[in-house]
Amino acid sequence: MNKLIQNEMLKLLARKRLIVVGIILSILVVLFTYAQYQTVQTQLKKLGTTDWRTTLQQQIIDTQNRLSNSRIPDDFKKELEVRVKQQQYYLDNDINPAEPGAPSFTKEFMENSIDLLLPLMIMVIASDLVSSEFSMGSIKLLLTRPVKRWKILFSKYVTLLLAISLIIAMMGMISYLISGVVFGFKGWTAPEFIGFQITEAGFDASGASIIPQWQFILMDFGVVWFAAVVVGTLSFMVSVLIRSTAAGMGIILALLIAGAILSNMVSSWTSAKYFFMLNMRLTDYLNGSPPPIEGMTLSFSLAVLTVWWLLALFISFGVFTKKDIY
Amino acid sequence: MITLSVKNLKKKIGKKEIIKGIDIELYEGEVFGFLGPNGAGKTTTIRMLTGLIRPTSGSISICGYDLQKDFTNAMMHLGCIVENPELYPFLSGYDNLVHFARMIPGFQSKRLAEVIELVGLSERIHDKVKTYSLGMRQRLGIAQALLGNPKVLILDEPTNGLDPAGIREMRQFIRDLAKNEGLSVLVSSHLLSEIQLLCDRVAIISKGAVIQTDTVHALLSSQEKMVWRVEPLQQAKQILESATEVVELEDCLITDFDANKAGLWSRELVNSGIQIIEMNRRLPALEDLFLELTGGDRIE
Ligand SMILES: Nc1ncnc2c1ncn2[C@@H]1O[C@H](COP(=O)(O)OP(=O)(O)O)[C@@H](O)[C@H]1O
Ligand SMILES: [Mg+2]
Repeated sequence: MNKLIQNEMLKLLARKRLIVVGIILSILVVLFTYAQYQTVQTQLKKLGTTDWRTTLQQQIIDTQNRLSNSRIPDDFKKELEVRVKQQQYYLDNDINPAEPGAPSFTKEFMENSIDLLLPLMIMVIASDLVSSEFSMGSIKLLLTRPVKRWKILFSKYVTLLLAISLIIAMMGMISYLISGVVFGFKGWTAPEFIGFQITEAGFDASGASIIPQWQFILMDFGVVWFAAVVVGTLSFMVSVLIRSTAAGMGIILALLIAGAILSNMVSSWTSAKYFFMLNMRLTDYLNGSPPPIEGMTLSFSLAVLTVWWLLALFISFGVFTKKDIY
Repeated sequence: MITLSVKNLKKKIGKKEIIKGIDIELYEGEVFGFLGPNGAGKTTTIRMLTGLIRPTSGSISICGYDLQKDFTNAMMHLGCIVENPELYPFLSGYDNLVHFARMIPGFQSKRLAEVIELVGLSERIHDKVKTYSLGMRQRLGIAQALLGNPKVLILDEPTNGLDPAGIREMRQFIRDLAKNEGLSVLVSSHLLSEIQLLCDRVAIISKGAVIQTDTVHALLSSQEKMVWRVEPLQQAKQILESATEVVELEDCLITDFDANKAGLWSRELVNSGIQIIEMNRRLPALEDLFLELTGGDRIE
C-alpha cells in the first residue's frame, strides 16, 4: 500500500498541481495583505495623530467604570470583561489594535477561505485524481496489475488527504509569513472570546470562555481541515463518476457558488440546511457569526457534513470497484 | 500446458449481446492470433481477459487461477496492452516502469534493467514519454507488460500505426518471446497477412463469435486461391472449368490453389494456344475468407 501511495504522490508532484496552488495562494495573500494595509492606513489617518496607547488606556478605564455598575446584565458584563482583557493585552504587548498581527491575519484569512477559496484549491487536485487516468487512458494499465481495485482507489484517497493537509498547511504558512512581514509576527497569545452566539434574542454569552489566540487558530484549522476533506471527497466522487475532468470541476464549482449565493438568501427555506454547501462555514460557529439558517449549530453542521462525506466515500468505492472500463 | 483457458465467454452491453460465447485455449510457447474485422469484438474480449470489464457469463482462467475469484494471482501471470499503451506522458520511460513495477508484489529490481535491455530502450529510457515516437511507446508498453515475468502476454493490434520496419521488428520480437521465453502470446489483428506471418494458430471471430479455430497453415492452405491473367479470357475459362470451379473477376480468372494440379492446368492452357501473362498464388482477402467461412454473411 505504501508503494501505491508513493506512486500517486509521484504523479501528483510530476504534474505540478501543488506548485500552481502555492503560487495562486501567494498572489492572493499578497493582494489581501496590501488591502488590509491600506485599510489600516486610512483608519490611522482618520484617528489623527493621537497616540493610540493613550486612547486605549482611556478605553480600559471607561469599560472598568461601566463594569462596576451593578445594574448591567450578566451577558453584557461578560463581553465587557473580555474587552478589557483584550485591550489590556494589546497595551501590555505594545500592539496597536487597529493593526492586525500575522496571527490575526492568518485566522481571518482561513475563516474567509473556508467556503470558497480553499474548496476551489482542493478541487483542482481532487477532481482529476481519478478522471485524468480515464482521459489519458492509463487506467487500463493501472487496473491490469495484480492489485485489487479498491486498493488502488484507496491509495488515491490517502494521497488526496495528504494533499489537503499540505494545502492547508501551505495556506497557513504563506499567509503568516507574508502578512507578518508587513504587520509583524506578534499576537499569538492575544485573548479570544469563544462559545458565545448571536441569536434572535441578542447576544448569548452563556458557555463562553476566553482562550489564547493560538488555541483559537488551532481550532479554526481543525474545522477548516474537516470541511476541506468533505469537499475533497465529494470532488473525488465526481472524479470517479465522470470521465471528463473539466465537467467534474464545473459541477463542483457550480455547487460551491450556489452554496455561497444560497447562504445569503435562504434563511426562510429551512430544508436548505441539509445541503453540504450551507454547512461549510464551520469557523462561524467558533467566532460567533450567525449561521445562514436559524437554529443551525456546530454539531448539526458537523453531522450533515459527515453524512455527505460517508455517502461520497461509499459511492466512490462502490462504483470504482464494479465499473466496466472501456 | 494450457496457460489461458476461456470458456463460453459472453458479454451483454445494454440489451445488445456483443460477445456470444467464446472458447479459447492457449498453449505454452505459441503465438495465437485473434482475427476479425473491425467491430467483431476483439477488443471487448480482450478487455474481459484482462479484467477491465466483467463478463456477463463464462469463465477465464490464467495459469489455473480464475480471474473472477482470484484476481491477484491470475494477474500475476498476465501482461497486456489493450489498444494503445497509454503510459504517463509527463513521466520518463524509466519512472513509468518503476511506477508499474511497484504494483507487482515481490518485484526484483534487476528485472527492470533486463526488460529495458530486452525492448532496446536503454538510450532513451530517462526521457519523458511525451517525446517518444509511436514505435518507442509501443516498446515501452511491451516492457511494462513483461515486468512481472508473465506466462501469458495479450497484445491488441500491436502493429497498428507502426511503419513497415517497425512492424517487421515487432513481429520478430513477438516470435522470439514465444520461442525463447516460452510465453503464450495472444495477438489480435484485422489483417490476415499479419496473422499469417506471426501466428501458429488462429481463431477467426465475426460478430462476437468464433467461427473457426485452426492452425494458420491448415486454414490458409484450404483457402488459398490462384489468379490467372490469360489471353483470350473466355477460351481459357472454358478449359479451366472442365477441371475446377472458376470465377471471373475483372480481367482475371480465379480458381482454388492446388499445388499438385496448377502445373497441369497451365500446361493444358499453353497447349491450347493460350497466352499466360501472369499466374499468381494469392491469399484470400479477409473479406473473401469470411464470405467463404460464413457462407455469404457480409461484414458490416
Ligand atoms: N461501450 C460500448 N457500448 C456499446 N457497444 C460497444 C461498446 N464497446 C464496443 N461496442 C460494440 O461492440 C462491438 C465490438 O467492438 P470491439 O470489441 O471494439 O471490436 P474490435 O476490437 O474487434 O474492432 C462493436 O460493434 C462495438 O460497436
Ligand atoms: Mg479493437
